[in-house]
Amino acid sequence: MPDKLIVSTSPHILGCDLTPKVMWSVIGALIPAAIASVIIFGMPSVKIMAVAVFTCVACEALIQKLTGRAVTIHDGSAALTGLLLAFNLSSNVPFWIPLVGGIFAIALVKHAFGGLGANVFNPALAARAFLLASWPTHMTAFTRPFAADAVTSATPLMMFKEGKVGTLVEMGISYWDLFLGRRGGCLGEVCIIALVCGAAYLLWKRYIWWQTPFSFILTTGSLCWIFGARGYFQGDFLFSILSGGLILGAFFMATDYVTTPLAHTGQVFFGVGCGVLTFLIRKFGGYPEGVSYSILIMNAFVPLIDRYVKPKIYGTAKAVKG
Amino acid sequence: MLALEEHKHHTEHKPIERLPVPVKVYLPLSQHLGKPCLSLVKVGEIVREGQKIADAQAHVSSPIHSSINGVVCAIQDWPHPVLGRSKAIVIEHKRDGEGAKVIEARSQEEVNLLTVEAIRQIVSEAGIVGMGGASFPTFIKLTPPKPVDTLIINGAECEPYLTADYRLMIEKTKEVMQGIDLAKKCLGVTQVVIAIEDNKPEAIRIFRELIGDSGYGVRVLKSSYPQGGEKQLVKNLLGKEVPSGKLPFAVGVVVHNVATICAIYEAVYCRKPLYERVVTVTGSCITEPKNLLVPLGTPLKALLEYCGPFSSEPAKVITGGPMMGIAQYSLDAPVIKSTNGIICFSEDQVRTSEAATCIRCGRCVEQCPVGLMPCLINLASSKEKWDLSKTYGAMECMECGLCNYTCPQKINLVQNIKQAKERCKK
Repeated sequence: MPDKLIVSTSPHILGCDLTPKVMWSVIGALIPAAIASVIIFGMPSVKIMAVAVFTCVACEALIQKLTGRAVTIHDGSAALTGLLLAFNLSSNVPFWIPLVGGIFAIALVKHAFGGLGANVFNPALAARAFLLASWPTHMTAFTRPFAADAVTSATPLMMFKEGKVGTLVEMGISYWDLFLGRRGGCLGEVCIIALVCGAAYLLWKRYIWWQTPFSFILTTGSLCWIFGARGYFQGDFLFSILSGGLILGAFFMATDYVTTPLAHTGQVFFGVGCGVLTFLIRKFGGYPEGVSYSILIMNAFVPLIDRYVKPKIYGTAKAVKG
Repeated sequence: MLALEEHKHHTEHKPIERLPVPVKVYLPLSQHLGKPCLSLVKVGEIVREGQKIADAQAHVSSPIHSSINGVVCAIQDWPHPVLGRSKAIVIEHKRDGEGAKVIEARSQEEVNLLTVEAIRQIVSEAGIVGMGGASFPTFIKLTPPKPVDTLIINGAECEPYLTADYRLMIEKTKEVMQGIDLAKKCLGVTQVVIAIEDNKPEAIRIFRELIGDSGYGVRVLKSSYPQGGEKQLVKNLLGKEVPSGKLPFAVGVVVHNVATICAIYEAVYCRKPLYERVVTVTGSCITEPKNLLVPLGTPLKALLEYCGPFSSEPAKVITGGPMMGIAQYSLDAPVIKSTNGIICFSEDQVRTSEAATCIRCGRCVEQCPVGLMPCLINLASSKEKWDLSKTYGAMECMECGLCNYTCPQKINLVQNIKQAKERCKK
């Protein structure tokens, strides 16, 4: 008979979906889109992703070492931030853009607020916003892939915003091009099919939930359709969801655990809020693309959503107000 | 609710075996919810199997009976599987003592003549309490304060590893059916629902066969945890919610566990008080997992020894299921009325917890069967903001452990919520 027994509170068994497994799975789900970006934009894409991931991981390790905390780079969250940051950059940026962005994301947005679990804003998106405000020319110069002359060109949304063209045909691309990623844009956002495959895997594994991405995409698409440039209910639903960073943002950034609401009902509110803001920015704002700003703005509303949108407690009339 | 890894295959096909009479039994004076009993025996006194040795002192209490023939050799402090330590009557087995009094069973005619009040009296005197874990005195649950319409028989057994109820349902189906008749008579209900999870096909088949035209219904539930929680059953079967802080009586429902129902049968038909029960002994360290019929008061050690030498040294031994069971500090602790299983985990199965921070993934919120936000209660609790944890609904927590189970950061949510509940009570 054993003479010493371990005593602890229940439960005595645990599930196996631990944080590192979830984070690395999300990175795995982004691999198809990463490969697609290399195919579409070539070696610059590899360089940018490598610099961003390395910077984020190294920065996290350094900060944790300096502050005397356990180094947690193995959990994959810093690497994920780096990859998502790279996905939000143009293939034309110089190498120091992902470097500065990675440091900003990890040091200021994540660790200054207390590290994993405590940050208010999505680190990758906040870094993108910072870079866009600081070096707008670098951040908005895109290459049109597979073009004979590899010159910089506008993204479809930019062309649309400028009002030069109104339809896909006038832009000289098809929905199929949008789906495969044959268009100008950020590294990770262009190849929709790769993103959707990764997202489907995460949904199936229940590492992300449908509430946020679906409400986000449907809201943006519907509003763009209803308030189309050529009249009510004349907008292009498919174009609005395929042409920018919406798919990347909705499935991989608006589903970030730390910076989004806890309850599924709250996540619907979050998604709808993101959708409305994206539409407003695209329609009335100065930028052609509104996904990253809308997510960042909604990040700030998360504490409020968590406070007022709670699940109903069993046996009580309604949720307890906190 | 979540489908957990079941681990029931180790014992689900093993018929109930009777454990040989142990050398000594240790019968704690508190084996139920409510006031502890008062001992009726003195050291040196000879007692018979089934003799009442301690009596209830209050309405919410339940008498205790000797589980073997023997001599009272001490009344002393002893490890208790739930309370840590408590006073227990120690009885040493005497082979040459006077044998168990031959008790004549009641015939069906005699039982039919029993009034409702008489049945309740028998159940109360037999020391029957809820055997699913809560140990609430059963006669109270047979005495509704206002008319009720539905009796739910809980055969869900949703905790992984445990198969004691399953074996009972297969091997004592007729007895359970007769016990249901008695409970139905006491409660005056019109509807009887036997709830069984779909991972117990044999029990479902036998009950369906035996039901005939009795008007009872078998409801097959998806096997998921915590399907067998009393309040979850009421909601999933009847679509009603038991109001916070109330018993299912409030919505006209009574829930009894199958083992309890079987004990009612034995008390009324066989005049046998509750002094033995079925216990599943299992876990990776056990060479021969078994379902054992055990005299109450038998030390856990005796059950483990009976199941062969350990295949590996257990690092943690728990009574009850792995989700809500209690880790034991001593294997001298006895089997009591609510002990439905003993599970031995080896060192590598024991979860270790580091001080992790919440990453707000929302899994605990998604899974909580009560609709709480466990991570927020945990946060309030860790900052010792007890009032805040109360406003988040800490007191409603049923401690099913699902939040803790799904947490990717392995945060001790249940422990912290339990602490908040204790502080809020003060």
